[in-house]
Amino acid sequence: MSTQTPAAGARPLLAADEPRPRFADLVAAEWIKLWSLRSTPWVLALTVLVTIGVNLNAVHSDFVYIDRAARTGTGHRAGAYDPIFHGLNQISADLLMLAAGAVGAISVFGEYATGLVRTTFAAVPDRGAVARAKVLVVTALTTALGAVVATASFFGGNAMLVSRHVGLSITDPGCARCVAAYALIAPVCALVGMATGAVFRFAAASIVAVVTLLFLVPLLFGGDRYELLRRIGNTLPGNAESRLVSNPAAPISWGKYPASVHGSWLALAAWAVASAVVAVVVVRRRDV
Amino acid sequence: MIEARHVTKRYGDTVAVDDLSFSVRPGRVTGFLGPNGAGKSTTLRMILGLTAPSSGTVTVDGVPFAERRRGLRHVGALLDAQDVHGGRTAAAHLSALARGNRIPRTRVADVLEEVGLAKAAGRRIGGFSLGMRQRLGIAAALLGDPGVLLFDEPLNGLDMEGVLWVRGLFRRLAAEGRTVLFSSHMMSEIEQSAEQVLVIGRGRLLADEQLADLSRAARGGSVVTVHAADPAALAALLTGEGASVRPLSEEAVEVSGLPARRIGELALRHGLALHQLTTKASSLEDAFLELTAGSVEYAAGDGRGGAL
Repeated sequence: MSTQTPAAGARPLLAADEPRPRFADLVAAEWIKLWSLRSTPWVLALTVLVTIGVNLNAVHSDFVYIDRAARTGTGHRAGAYDPIFHGLNQISADLLMLAAGAVGAISVFGEYATGLVRTTFAAVPDRGAVARAKVLVVTALTTALGAVVATASFFGGNAMLVSRHVGLSITDPGCARCVAAYALIAPVCALVGMATGAVFRFAAASIVAVVTLLFLVPLLFGGDRYELLRRIGNTLPGNAESRLVSNPAAPISWGKYPASVHGSWLALAAWAVASAVVAVVVVRRRDV
Repeated sequence: MIEARHVTKRYGDTVAVDDLSFSVRPGRVTGFLGPNGAGKSTTLRMILGLTAPSSGTVTVDGVPFAERRRGLRHVGALLDAQDVHGGRTAAAHLSALARGNRIPRTRVADVLEEVGLAKAAGRRIGGFSLGMRQRLGIAAALLGDPGVLLFDEPLNGLDMEGVLWVRGLFRRLAAEGRTVLFSSHMMSEIEQSAEQVLVIGRGRLLADEQLADLSRAARGGSVVTVHAADPAALAALLTGEGASVRPLSEEAVEVSGLPARRIGELALRHGLALHQLTTKASSLEDAFLELTAGSVEYAAGDGRGGAL
C-alpha cells in the first residue's frame, strides 16, 4: 500500500455524481428486505391457506343443516341461511388480523431487535422516508393478502352454495362491502402492528401489545350497560370489521347501541391513519 | 472531514460524552482510542446522526449527517457487525442498502469480492462467523464509495490475515484521499494502523495528536530495571546523575531518566557489579494507560485495572 501516493480527491468518488434521491428506491429497498426473509412467503401462504380453508370448511359443514332444513322444514330455513356469517367467519377474520398484525409488528421490531435499524438509518438518514416506505410496502402486501383471502372465501363459498340455491352474488346488497371490509382489516391490523413495533421495539413486548390491543381490549368494551363503553368498543378494529362484514338481509341484533356502517368505515380508516402516523413519528424521533 | 464542536451527550445523570471537540481530516487514518465505556461508540453514533447530541454539533463535510437524505455516498460506517438481520443473505442485505441509495447493483458483487465474501454472497448472515460479519459490515461501508469511513472496533473477531487486510485497506482508503476513523480500546491496534490518534476517557478528549508524537513522549518515559550487588550504592550514584530510582527488592532497583547503556557505563566506571540490566520499554500502551488512568480513576473510584 505504501506504493500509493496520497492524493486528496485524486479519484472521483461515487458521491461526486450523486443522483437525486427517490422515494421509489426506498420502497424497492423495503420490498427487497421483506422478500429476502424466509418467513415472509411462509407466513403469507399459511395465512391464506388456513383462513380460506376455515371459511370454506364452515360453508361445507353448513350443507348438513341446509339439507336437513330442506328435507324436514326444521332447523335452518333455506331462505334464512346467511352465507356471509360462516363464509366470511369471525375465526378466520381473527386469524387474518393476528397474522397481519404480526407481519406489521415484525417488520418494525425486526429492525430494532437485530440492530439492523442502525445500518438502515446510517445508509438513509431520512428516517421519515424509510418509515413511510415501510408503511407503504407492508400496507400493500397485507391489502393483497386480505383481498386474496376475502375474494377466494366469498366466491369459493358461494360457488359451493350454488348447488343449494342459497348462494349470494357480489352484486347482492352489502356483499361488496363485506368482502372489502374483510380484506381491509388486514392492512389496518398490520399498521396497528407497525405502531406497536415502533413503540415497543422488542419482539415479545410488541406481539403482546398488538394481541392485547386487537383481541383483549375489545373485551373491556362489550355489553350494553354503559353506552360510552359500547360506543368506544364499536370503534375498535375488530368490532368495526364485524359490523361491516354482516349481511344486511340477515336478522342480526347489534344491541342497544349499534354502530353505523359509515361510522365503522371511519373507525377503520382512523385506526389505519393514526397507526401509520405513530409508527412514522416514533421512528423519526427516537435515538437508535 | 468530520468536525465535532462542544458535543455533549447525557443519558439521565450519566454524561457519556462531555464537551468533545475534534476534527478528523482526510488523507490519513485516525485512530479513536479509549477504554470501554469511554464514549467512543456514542460519539460515532452522533457523527452518524443516529443519536442526537444533548448539546453541540457534529458535521461531516460541513453538514450534520442527519440532514442528508441518503448517506452511503457520503459516509460508510461499520458500527457493529451484528447490526444485520440474520435471516437475509449477504447479497440481499447489501442489495437493499444499495437500492435505497440508488447505487448500481453491480457494486454489491464488487464490494463482496473486495472483502473476500464473494463465495458467501448467497448464504444467510445468521450462519456467518464474527469475522465474516465484520467483512460484510466493511463491504456495506464501501458500497457507496464514500469520502468518509467510520469503523467501530473493526478488528474484533478477525483472524491475523483479516487484521492485516483491514490495516492495508485503511491505509489505501486514506491514501485515496478519504477520511478514515476507526475506534479501538487497544493501543496496539491503533499503533499498527493509524497516523493520528484521538484519545478519550470518560467522554472527554484526552489527546489529539500524531502517533509519532505520542510514541516519542512514550519513549522518553522508559524505565530500566537493574539488579546489582550493591543496589544502595548504585541508587546513590544514579540519583547523582539525575535519574530517579525506586527500590524494587533487596537486589533490584527501577531507574527512570537514564538509558540502560548509560547506567552500564556509569556502573563500570565506579566499579559496581551489575547482575541484570533490563529496559522495560514504555510502550504506547503505557502512554495510553497514563492518559486514561486519571479519567477512569476519577469517576469510577477504582484502579485502572478494573476499568480496563
